[in-house]
Amino acid sequence: MSAEANMTTTNTVTPNTINIDGQDIPFKNGQTIMDAALAAGVYIPHLCHKPGLTPHGSCKLCTVDIGSRSMSTSASDRRTQTKFSVDIDRRSVSACTTPAVAGQQISNDTPALNEVRKTITQMLFIEGNHLCPACEKTGNCTLQAVAYHLGMLDGHFPQFFPRREVDASHPTVMLDLDRCILCELCVRASREVDGKNVFAIAGRGINAHLIVNSPSGKLVDSDLETGDMAVHICPVGAILIKEHGYEVPIGRRTFDLHQVGEIGLEPVILAKARHTNE
Amino acid sequence: MSKIRIATTSLAGCFGCHMSFLDMDERLVALLEHVELNRSPLTDIKHCDPCDIGLVEGGLCNADNVHVLREFRANCKILIAVGACAINGGVPAMRNHFNLRECLEEAFLNGVGVDNPQIPNDIELPLLLDKVHPLHEVVHIDYYLPGCPPSADEFLSVLGDLLEGREPALPKNLLHYD
Amino acid sequence: MSQPSRTITIEQLNTFIADAGLHSSHLLHILHAIQQRFLHISHEAVNEVASHLGLPISQVESVVEFYSFFYNTPRGRYNILLSNCTSCGYKSGGENLLRMLCHRLRAVAGKTRGDGLVSIDETSCIGMCDHGASLLVNGMPITRLDADKIARIADLVETETPLADWPADWLRVDDNIRVITGDLTAASGKPSRMASSSTSGLLLNNDFVAGGGLHAMLARGIEGTLAEITQSALRGRGGAGFSTGMKWKFCREAQGDAHYVVCNADEGEPGTFKDRVLLHSHADAVFEGMTVCAAVIGAKQGFLYLRGEYRYLLPHLQTVLARRREQGLLGNSILGQQAFNFDIEIVVGAGAYICGEESALIESLEGRRGVPRNRPPFPVTHGYLDQPTVVNNVETFVAAAHIALCGSAWFKSVGTEKSTGSKILSVSGDCAAPGIYEYPFGVSIQQVLNDCGAKSVQAVQIGGPSGALINPAKFNRKLGFEDLPTGGSFMVFGQGRDLLTIIVNFAHFFAHESCGFCTPCRVGTTLLKNSLDKIAGGHGTQYDLDEMKRIGELIKRRSHCGLGQTAANPILDSLQRFPQIFEQRLAHGNFEPYFNLDGALEEARQVTHRDDAAAHLE
Repeated sequence: MSAEANMTTTNTVTPNTINIDGQDIPFKNGQTIMDAALAAGVYIPHLCHKPGLTPHGSCKLCTVDIGSRSMSTSASDRRTQTKFSVDIDRRSVSACTTPAVAGQQISNDTPALNEVRKTITQMLFIEGNHLCPACEKTGNCTLQAVAYHLGMLDGHFPQFFPRREVDASHPTVMLDLDRCILCELCVRASREVDGKNVFAIAGRGINAHLIVNSPSGKLVDSDLETGDMAVHICPVGAILIKEHGYEVPIGRRTFDLHQVGEIGLEPVILAKARHTNE
Repeated sequence: MSKIRIATTSLAGCFGCHMSFLDMDERLVALLEHVELNRSPLTDIKHCDPCDIGLVEGGLCNADNVHVLREFRANCKILIAVGACAINGGVPAMRNHFNLRECLEEAFLNGVGVDNPQIPNDIELPLLLDKVHPLHEVVHIDYYLPGCPPSADEFLSVLGDLLEGREPALPKNLLHYD
Repeated sequence: MSQPSRTITIEQLNTFIADAGLHSSHLLHILHAIQQRFLHISHEAVNEVASHLGLPISQVESVVEFYSFFYNTPRGRYNILLSNCTSCGYKSGGENLLRMLCHRLRAVAGKTRGDGLVSIDETSCIGMCDHGASLLVNGMPITRLDADKIARIADLVETETPLADWPADWLRVDDNIRVITGDLTAASGKPSRMASSSTSGLLLNNDFVAGGGLHAMLARGIEGTLAEITQSALRGRGGAGFSTGMKWKFCREAQGDAHYVVCNADEGEPGTFKDRVLLHSHADAVFEGMTVCAAVIGAKQGFLYLRGEYRYLLPHLQTVLARRREQGLLGNSILGQQAFNFDIEIVVGAGAYICGEESALIESLEGRRGVPRNRPPFPVTHGYLDQPTVVNNVETFVAAAHIALCGSAWFKSVGTEKSTGSKILSVSGDCAAPGIYEYPFGVSIQQVLNDCGAKSVQAVQIGGPSGALINPAKFNRKLGFEDLPTGGSFMVFGQGRDLLTIIVNFAHFFAHESCGFCTPCRVGTTLLKNSLDKIAGGHGTQYDLDEMKRIGELIKRRSHCGLGQTAANPILDSLQRFPQIFEQRLAHGNFEPYFNLDGALEEARQVTHRDDAAAHLE
């Protein structure tokens, strides 16, 4: 889709399609932009999203710019009261939580947006302690893979070096909060898939952190089990299964063999997270 | 044509990045037709002359690291942070979980098998920073070469770009942090 | 004053929680009661509360850790929180009153004194900006602080004098409603001056009789009343300005098991205190507006979400509610109408600016961390308990009550085309007469400055830190949705102020109040805070300015909610309009380290007992 077409309001809108980077993409009612994109084989970078779980919209990696040929001109929309051009009028939204609406003109894979995503990824790296060479998850880590996808060479910002806890109390699962990116995939997987409620986020701002729902606050006193989805869904090395370190050598891990942008990779990532003799 | 002058050093690192640099093997020969090594553990030259490129491995864990890094910044037109430790502190930064005093007491007073326990305080020894820091927190860094270590191919890619006067652009297939 | 007990048994804890639950079973209220009684909320208490209320332990724990007024380690028997706002903060008078109080009481800020007597800390704006430096001691505001009063407070604390025996005058909070003479129907431009006669404005003229709006509504009919609200073109007074009539109409039409009315009295924007005054002196109009809304949307239950800093207003508000029930203005069969049943519960927050965001407020009402929801769906269809809910500002409900009484034509007689009616401003900072001012929309900044007696003004912050910083060249700009929308905070900064210090203050505020949900705001507000500290400390370069601009723009555009989307405004505004305040602090050179190199050697010097030349870094 050319820039001129973006600005034109007379083009007809194909029913139940959205347009991402010039490509018309069909959607069903109730689908988000992310749902429609993934179904059509279009990758929008994401970390806190996993098909099947309630969309969250916190990591902001799936930030896209959106305009519409039937854009709201209601007086209550403060953006329309400003005197900026159409360009500025485009809204920034999370693809994973924004419903697909016919006629949406969406920018996704653009240099500017990928630069924004790279900066957000750098923020995630420097707020925690992501020491990849010392992490068992390296090569299977989605945070790392997204950073590769975005061509991130460094954390750019000064490191926060927070002091965070390790909880090794559980017989088979360990929790290393140094690497937690607060995506809440484990929180949601435990509630929505495992039928438990093992994890939650406490605190606020830069001090927000993952907690365990047990009388002692320790993992060993929760009802977490090795087979739970919550154990395997962690995109980083915050939740690891004990006694299964480095079974797959570095160089032959998921993202040594795949790009994060390959569609349909979710089962591969999850399968890799499970071990044969669990 | 005069050769491109390169300096290298390892700060709070393990020399693994230097070993990986040497993994270029026979390709080193071709490279050395275009570059000459100035200050480097490979030449044992102790101080930098003005250089075109500085490759710095390791992060900053003590006062001496800071002095060396500043010498590199002052003398190198292009300064490259090489490897995980230079870029985010890496494995040495795992001590940032503890106070420096705790680290020193564990190593020199309370550790298993310590004989004649005392914390070294000779003025010849550089003092440790309270935390290990990446290079870009102290000087401006022009480019980053991630990996633990970066592969010989990564070194060649970036040096190749620079030798030909291009902005370095590491191909995504070479990009890794481990 | 009760002693903190560290040997409390589980049985005692259980009994206490059960008793507290008789008053209100709301999680925030039970936690507040525990905090008051035991001076902290222990891990055991968290487990017992969870068990009593049938909540996950992690939910209770996460709430305790989210809100500023809950603590998991014991506070002092006197818990003193000094506002750090630029208008009512401990530095607003020039002296550092926090340091002074800590020194007097031999206490360290943020830590409880060893004997458990006192803890001193700072807190975000407590809404006393028209009273100068102010603090909360065990939740009670003490205003007009100065060095003398700090010394006397220290004595009273040291002698463990019960709060009830402190000078009553200290606890007095005035309305400070400033009356402006002149023709209020003229939008602006006419000179006016303060005087004690004449009306104070459309809403504050105080002739509202409890029940008047409801009687008028019954006479006009519910449809007719909604039509009046819509025709009045009343827009939300929180600052965003959504049409109130539309909001009520959408909610009325939304399907649900129940509909709810929520009054947002979480007035947390630094420099705003109009709701304090409305709740204190116009509570009937607030509750009446809510009741009118309830009739329109078909709600039986309403909530007033009161910010924790205003807890001292709770007894007064409860009294007004009780009276209104007696008068038949609340409860079953309001004014004898069979099907008109509505009551209001007050839920008190616990120190979290983000709960002023309507969906975060609803989360808090439901007993969770105040994290803004994804929208759509909006509260009008999926609000409290996922049911259709109207959330309006205190001032909006007051306006609605008056419109129900006097009609839309009366309301539209002042203001401008797109900003009808009046706006109540909270004026604070460097001016002769800080306080509450009511103006027709469309008034210019200069007019307000003239009226409040502000001279040699350097800048004005409109709408609080999340609003806009205006330089003198733009003092002809007008307050209203056409030009400068505002929730009402109007902070005046005189020539004597260091603007950079104010921008630093705002950056710390946002980093402290970010909920932590989305990456750009969680990390970005801290990055901005650190950058500003670096610059203010004389260690910034042009590179740091460029970085701040880049991060600021990203946070503004990519954050999840209004907090993040506005957190960078003070920095972006001042970089554009007051670049010199940054430039004059910049260090020479292109780059300065992000940390103090010599300071980073201090611990090593201590451990090794070295202080030779090589033991230092420049």
